[in-house]
Amino acid sequence: MKKIEVLGLGCLTCKKLYELTKEIVAELDLGLEVEYVTDVQKIIEMGVMQTPVLAIDDKPVLTGFVPGKEKVEELIKKNMEI
Amino acid sequence: MDVFYPIQLLANWLTYVVFGLRPSTLLGGAINFFIFDTIKIFILLLAIIFVVSVIRSYLPPEKIRFILSHKKNYVGNIVASVLGIVTPFCSCSAIPLFLGFVQAGVPLGVTFSFLVASPMINEVALVLLAGLFGWKIALMYVLSGMVIAIFSGIIIGHMKAESLVEPFVYQNMIKNNIDLPKMSRRERIEYAWDYTWDIFKKVWLYVLIGIGVGAWIHGYVPADFLAKYAGADKWYAVFLVVVLGIPLYSNAAGVIPLVSVLTEKGVAMGTTLAFMMSVTALSLPEFMILKKVMKTKLIVIFALIIGVGIILTGYLFNAVFNS
Repeated sequence: MKKIEVLGLGCLTCKKLYELTKEIVAELDLGLEVEYVTDVQKIIEMGVMQTPVLAIDDKPVLTGFVPGKEKVEELIKKNMEI
Repeated sequence: MDVFYPIQLLANWLTYVVFGLRPSTLLGGAINFFIFDTIKIFILLLAIIFVVSVIRSYLPPEKIRFILSHKKNYVGNIVASVLGIVTPFCSCSAIPLFLGFVQAGVPLGVTFSFLVASPMINEVALVLLAGLFGWKIALMYVLSGMVIAIFSGIIIGHMKAESLVEPFVYQNMIKNNIDLPKMSRRERIEYAWDYTWDIFKKVWLYVLIGIGVGAWIHGYVPADFLAKYAGADKWYAVFLVVVLGIPLYSNAAGVIPLVSVLTEKGVAMGTTLAFMMSVTALSLPEFMILKKVMKTKLIVIFALIIGVGIILTGYLFNAVFNS
């Protein structure tokens, strides 16, 4: 089972990425929950320093900004191997 | 020939032909100014953010951390303030950056240099200053911002302030150093464009409002209106604007178009730049966030050092521009 997380410290951009990811996951009908993590420790553990972070199975695949929807979808598909 | 001349023609055509306003009227002048400035600054913004984003694709914070963890004081402070230019900064990234740097062994003073430089000097500030005041002022702003960042970092480094940082900061939590994916040239361009568009979407409205207010003041407020309150001969003006800038938190985009008009209406150049530096570098929300990782005393020291640096810069520029 794959795990999709959005990590952020509550800023607007982070919220935006979370909403966008939820939307895509629902559209792709992946049947899993997107977790929203606001624990700074978790972010540091991953070795990342910029928020927001999109992580799939604890591996950061996007950091620091929110690209367009297609881009996020592409990243999710690529890393979920679908 | 001025590269922006075609934009002026376009602005003239829109204002005087399409909208049918007369150049001699206040409204005509204000609308013309608004259209010209907006197009010019939007083009500059997109172009320069794009270039910086390409550079940034080679220098993500994780790589900057690696570079800085191998630098000692002084050299490290200088490198940190240069790298601060290409890093965008949102106050919600302050904590992960601070923790990430310190835990990777970047000296505390060097980390502070980066924290000062990153929000104060960036490509958005550079474009807006260059577009509204010219490149000379833009470069002076960047240079003095770097000097403030370097010195405040060196001072904090010398204070042995490590005891004022929360102890948990020093427990190394970094489990994996992410290896950054290698990008092809095409991927870099794509990344840079996505990044540019993301930043542009965040700032365009502020820029538009700023220029709009600016255009209105440009047309309707007498030129020396503010000089009697904040002209170069008012010694307290610099001090006052720096204090005023602390609770005001904005990115460079929101504040520059507005300050450009303040200057035009008689506020001294140094005072204007000090105001801008204070708004971007001294931010109350960021200080509140930093409280999670350091003692209040250190935040106050940090704010005082930057504040004094900004005030000195303000007086220096006022002296230079009035001589």
